[in-house]
Amino acid sequence: MFSRSPNVRTDEVLFRAVTGAFAILLIGIVAAIGLALISESRLSIAQFGWSFWQTDVWDPVAGEFGARPFIWGTLYSSVLALLISTPIALGIAIFISELAPASLKRPLVFLTELLAAIPSIVYGLWGIFVLVPAVRQLQIATPDWLRGVPLFSGPPLGVGMLSAALILAIMVIPFSSSVAREVLKAVPQSQREGAYALGATRWEAIRMALFYARTGIVGAIMLGFGRALGETMAVTMVIGNNPQISASLYAPQYTMAAVLANEFAEATNDLYLHALVEIGMVLFIMTLIINVISRMFIWSMGRQTRPRRALAHAPARSAA
Amino acid sequence: MKLKTVLIASALAIVAGCSGGSAPPATEGAGGAARAGGGGTQINGAGATFPYPIYSKWFSEYNKLHPNVQINYQSLGSGAGIRQLTSRTVFFGASDQPMKDDQLQAAPGRILHFPTVLGAVVPIYNLPEVSQQLKFTGPLIADIVLGKVKKWNDPAIAKLNPGVKLPATDLTLVHRSEGSGTTFIFADYLGKVSDEFKKTVGVDASLKWPVGVGGKGNEGVSGLVQQTPGSVGYVELVYALQNKITVGSVQNSAGTFVVPSVASVTAAAAGAAANMPADFRVSITNAPGADAYPIASFTWVLLYEDPQDKAQAAMMKEFMRWALTDGQKMAPELGYASLPPQVVDMEMKALEQLKVQ
Amino acid sequence: MTRNHWRRAVSHVIIVLCGLSVVIALIPLALVLFYVVAQGITSLNLSFFTEMPKPVGEVGGGMANAIVGSIIVTLLGAMFAIPIGIMSGVYAAEYTGTRMASAVRFAADTLNGVPSIVIGVFIYSIAVLPVRRFSALAGGLALGVMMIPLIMRTTEELLLLVPATLREGALALGATRARAVFTVVVPAALPGILTGILLALARIAGETAPLLFTALNNRFFSTDVRQPISTLTVQVFIYATAPYRDWHRQAWAGALVLVTMVLICSLLARVATARMEKLHRG
Repeated sequence: MFSRSPNVRTDEVLFRAVTGAFAILLIGIVAAIGLALISESRLSIAQFGWSFWQTDVWDPVAGEFGARPFIWGTLYSSVLALLISTPIALGIAIFISELAPASLKRPLVFLTELLAAIPSIVYGLWGIFVLVPAVRQLQIATPDWLRGVPLFSGPPLGVGMLSAALILAIMVIPFSSSVAREVLKAVPQSQREGAYALGATRWEAIRMALFYARTGIVGAIMLGFGRALGETMAVTMVIGNNPQISASLYAPQYTMAAVLANEFAEATNDLYLHALVEIGMVLFIMTLIINVISRMFIWSMGRQTRPRRALAHAPARSAA
Repeated sequence: MKLKTVLIASALAIVAGCSGGSAPPATEGAGGAARAGGGGTQINGAGATFPYPIYSKWFSEYNKLHPNVQINYQSLGSGAGIRQLTSRTVFFGASDQPMKDDQLQAAPGRILHFPTVLGAVVPIYNLPEVSQQLKFTGPLIADIVLGKVKKWNDPAIAKLNPGVKLPATDLTLVHRSEGSGTTFIFADYLGKVSDEFKKTVGVDASLKWPVGVGGKGNEGVSGLVQQTPGSVGYVELVYALQNKITVGSVQNSAGTFVVPSVASVTAAAAGAAANMPADFRVSITNAPGADAYPIASFTWVLLYEDPQDKAQAAMMKEFMRWALTDGQKMAPELGYASLPPQVVDMEMKALEQLKVQ
Repeated sequence: MTRNHWRRAVSHVIIVLCGLSVVIALIPLALVLFYVVAQGITSLNLSFFTEMPKPVGEVGGGMANAIVGSIIVTLLGAMFAIPIGIMSGVYAAEYTGTRMASAVRFAADTLNGVPSIVIGVFIYSIAVLPVRRFSALAGGLALGVMMIPLIMRTTEELLLLVPATLREGALALGATRARAVFTVVVPAALPGILTGILLALARIAGETAPLLFTALNNRFFSTDVRQPISTLTVQVFIYATAPYRDWHRQAWAGALVLVTMVLICSLLARVATARMEKLHRG
């Protein structure tokens, strides 16, 4: 392939240049995405400025674009998903890394990663035909006194914030739990042995390991959050697609990713298009920040302990 | 190393094989002049979901008659059809709402409208406890959309339907989540019968809905209504017929409660034929006539007068001729009304404007 | 209760809760798989794999074009992503510690986190609008962009795991940098890299959002990469959100095919990983 040349320097330079070119290409792609997003949203930014994120009216006909309902829907659904998934994800991580007998470990790991492998469109399909009717039954069965609470108000549609949060939680669990598991594995065994030597119960030793790994665990949770923020297909099929701000779990609402998926192909004028891209740009920035912070947490925890795990596959994709 | 080379080489070979049959890329595809698998020509179009059932039948039948012409239509919604046509990423568009003057101005070339069939936008609802067909009026529907009618046993509904035992179920409106010509037809009618609707919500393909849940496409709305008890929505007639969803009757300008059907839609179009403008952009909602169904409309195929791909233009012209004659026969069984003969004549003449060389 | 008893009781409760959370997480997995298999299996007949979609109202038809289309766009994505991913992974591993390597790593992590719908929007603006056509190529490009960070990180991590002695030995024997890396180091890590590629393929084969505005969809059978193409994921989406029962049935079948494809890839990757771990440990 590469013939032996008398001048080692040129080979070295060539090697660096060629591989470096691909590296620059990768960086270039990311930069291009950021630039394209900014450039394709400039009309909307110029016209609305900050009020874009403070108004609720999304009226393509009148040319009034207020994106607050989308940020609300995205944050509400993701935070709810996090609340539901975090205890479960941590429980799984603890069980697999600390409690399970060796024979159970591999199959359990495989099963949780199966959860991550299922495509989001399949979750959406299942959501429409299985989850939403089940949630509708739940809504119908809600006692009237509970209905009065704003959190549970509204007609029993099935589609809405609750369905979206549930599906997101299911999709986020494997991500948070696999990272949490890796993080817990990095806690030196000596720490645990020390705890047992001092007479700790199982739980107390685990608690100590969790404390030791706390930054990594926070990073794992944030990674799950980032995943939830960008999820598109499964959410748009079960959330009801109504740009309203409502505290109710039963109300149909809208997320940033969902409105992009639904309305992008048909934004008939430039301002509409730029408004949608502005939403995309902010979504990009949000996920970027969350991912950066979560990785900082995880890596700083990883620095407390080496070695790096062999064959640890790259932390999972953030959205679908 | 060897394995990698083999993988890359075989992948390259596959792709080379795939694109081997294509023509050299046009500088602007307007849908692409490349050959589809099988050696034919592929013409891409996008637009309304309203006529999708009959368009899909037409394109399928036409492909059987002319196997070298594959017309690939994606029902993304009227708004998307107009936008993609304007961006020239598709060869033709389809919309239930005629393009507005400013949209026509913004297009890179002159766009012609060609009505294809007539359809009805019908109110559908899901109320298992009620077996009779419910009656609606324009003002009532407007109030439902405005959020004033919240329950099924509201006096406004009861007044129109004496003798029907209406449950106290919550009423949920299901509307379109994206820009839709069907919405436009619906809103166009409501705007004519309710000033408050016109002022508050407006008349266009994309509305600021005061209440309700959004479904994607006629398909999405039908699906949601089917699955949600207590819901009411609006779809093109064929979607209700094919999925056996309950349809309501609507009071027309003459005061009769008309059930949407091919006959009542044809009656609505009767008057329009005589006064058809040259560019075919006309609204027939709330049409006069004792049997006219009030929420009826034409639906249009949108074509550039001077498209860049002349070969595709010629094929599309032939297709349109077929659609306006043989194709019309397939309309009634799918719940659409065929075009009045005078309109067909006008269109055949208008098709000549299409530059095919 | 003595303090010790209390502590032990708490510990037992927590252990039970952890086990419970595993069960809770597996319930939706079981439900999803159960429904997909139960609803889809009856529709998986020969016509499903060989026929094209029928027009609205006609029962039957299949997803032959969608299955082939998915394979095509996935392969296109791989073709685009594999060279870039591997080469930049090589760079980051060989020059680890430099600012550029950190920049590449950061870029890859960022790209990994971009929501797929945003990538679809980006590719639409650079690969669909300027050339005025939806195409399988654009769809492949979108999927490829999503694959790059996965492949890059796997390559980099695995290359860093190859013992330094291997590279040093090759260099000591007089090989150039390039030769050392590509004929000694990379082959040593190759099984893992291939596994990573397989996993990445499985991940993106299930993507829908980036294909919506790039590959669009196609009612007909097409292998032309410059035309819109039908894909399994988009087709399932269209069928699922439609009101026709026959389409729902086919959506489940399509989902079953999708899940099976993804499962097989993941299983292959797992088996390969297990074999390699045995090798490394031994």
